[in-house]
Amino acid sequence: MIKVDIQSKSFGAVPVLGAIRFDVSPSHTVALVGPSGVGKSTLLRIISGIDTDFEGAVTRPENQAVVFQEPTLLPWRSTLENLRIIHPELSKKRALDMLERVGLGGAGALFPGQLSLGQQRRLSLARAFVGAPEMLIMDEPFVSLDPETAQIMLTLTKELIAETRPATLFVTHDSREADVLADRVLRLQTGSQGAILTA
Amino acid sequence: MQSPYTRLTPLFSILGLLALWSVAALLTGDAQVLPPPWGLLGPFQQELASGELIRHLGATLSRVIWAFCLAMILGVSLGLAMGRSARLNAWLDPWLVIFLNLPALVLIVLCYLWIGLTEAAAIIAVTLNKVPNVAVVLREGARACDPALDALGQVYRMPWRTRMRHVLFPQLAPFIAAAARSGVAVIWKIVLVVEFLGRSSGVGFQIHLYFQLFDVAMVLVYALSFIGVMLLVEWLILQRLERHVSRWRRA
Repeated sequence: MIKVDIQSKSFGAVPVLGAIRFDVSPSHTVALVGPSGVGKSTLLRIISGIDTDFEGAVTRPENQAVVFQEPTLLPWRSTLENLRIIHPELSKKRALDMLERVGLGGAGALFPGQLSLGQQRRLSLARAFVGAPEMLIMDEPFVSLDPETAQIMLTLTKELIAETRPATLFVTHDSREADVLADRVLRLQTGSQGAILTA
Repeated sequence: MQSPYTRLTPLFSILGLLALWSVAALLTGDAQVLPPPWGLLGPFQQELASGELIRHLGATLSRVIWAFCLAMILGVSLGLAMGRSARLNAWLDPWLVIFLNLPALVLIVLCYLWIGLTEAAAIIAVTLNKVPNVAVVLREGARACDPALDALGQVYRMPWRTRMRHVLFPQLAPFIAAAARSGVAVIWKIVLVVEFLGRSSGVGFQIHLYFQLFDVAMVLVYALSFIGVMLLVEWLILQRLERHVSRWRRA
């Protein structure tokens, strides 16, 4: 269960987020939508624990995973090592199975720089799901992909969420992605004291 | 893939330097002032056979290694801390500027005056001369680190050691390599000054001795021998290490 109870978040004197309160139950998926620059990524950074400078409280499970807007891989480590460094308890067989599952079979020895953007995003997904997270945060995970690859990734993500069943919160600008993945949609909009949720 | 011409260019360049030296020696016409390259073979063999050359090269190399290791450890730690903490940087930056502008000779003389003409004083003097340069390079390295990878380490709760080994140091590797290569080049020159002023062994001490005897050939024999040693260190250790840590870029 993710419980978000933020009173405010500001950068210096500039209020970014106002009062925001919502829950995401286990195995539920919530899409967060809103205009660019409204504070969606800031909200995700707070919920995932990257940004701790805010007023309020966030309750999150220990075992979390984040799929960043960029693949955010370790370019100096192989594809396989990118999984096993983040999840040291992971057996080599399980890691190779996961690579196979996301369509990267046989790419274990390659460096991320040798993969296409679509493949790097697959690796990023594999890294997130292989740890069987209780909470999953995704920040526009399919941005910059061509429509065909984005559709394949969307289907893959839906399958992985169904298998792993984490409490999932993701940011998207694409209503189709929200329709396919989300049980509920939250809309973030600018308010006088920072962004707030609207129905 | 380098062409054969490109690969051989450094060799032609060295041969050109030797040719220039030979012409200068012939024009000077006095082997006491500038002996030709072949005029050094006799003194070189004599020093090698007596064991003196190896003994003094060994003493200098040992000081270079000690000072290099200490300067790299202290400089990397300091630069990393200053690059990651704006507050620490605000406190220590003026010190860094002072030490960067303090002449090497002043530090060497002060270390000898305060600590005595000892091995420890010599190594500390060289180390203190190099630490600020390493720290400045590594501070820039730490500032250039990708904050997204920091966030990755944070959300996946990577242990401190894992973060250092797999996230931080690979990003700093080019900066550490640059500091190490320039460090070796600078450190051995400072070691020679330290030996010249206050040690009874090493290449610097021998250069001091033969300077007093106005023996240019022996000064060149010792200086060139140590340049040879440092070139071997550069080619056999530093360049290989650099190629190894940056192999992912060429993949």
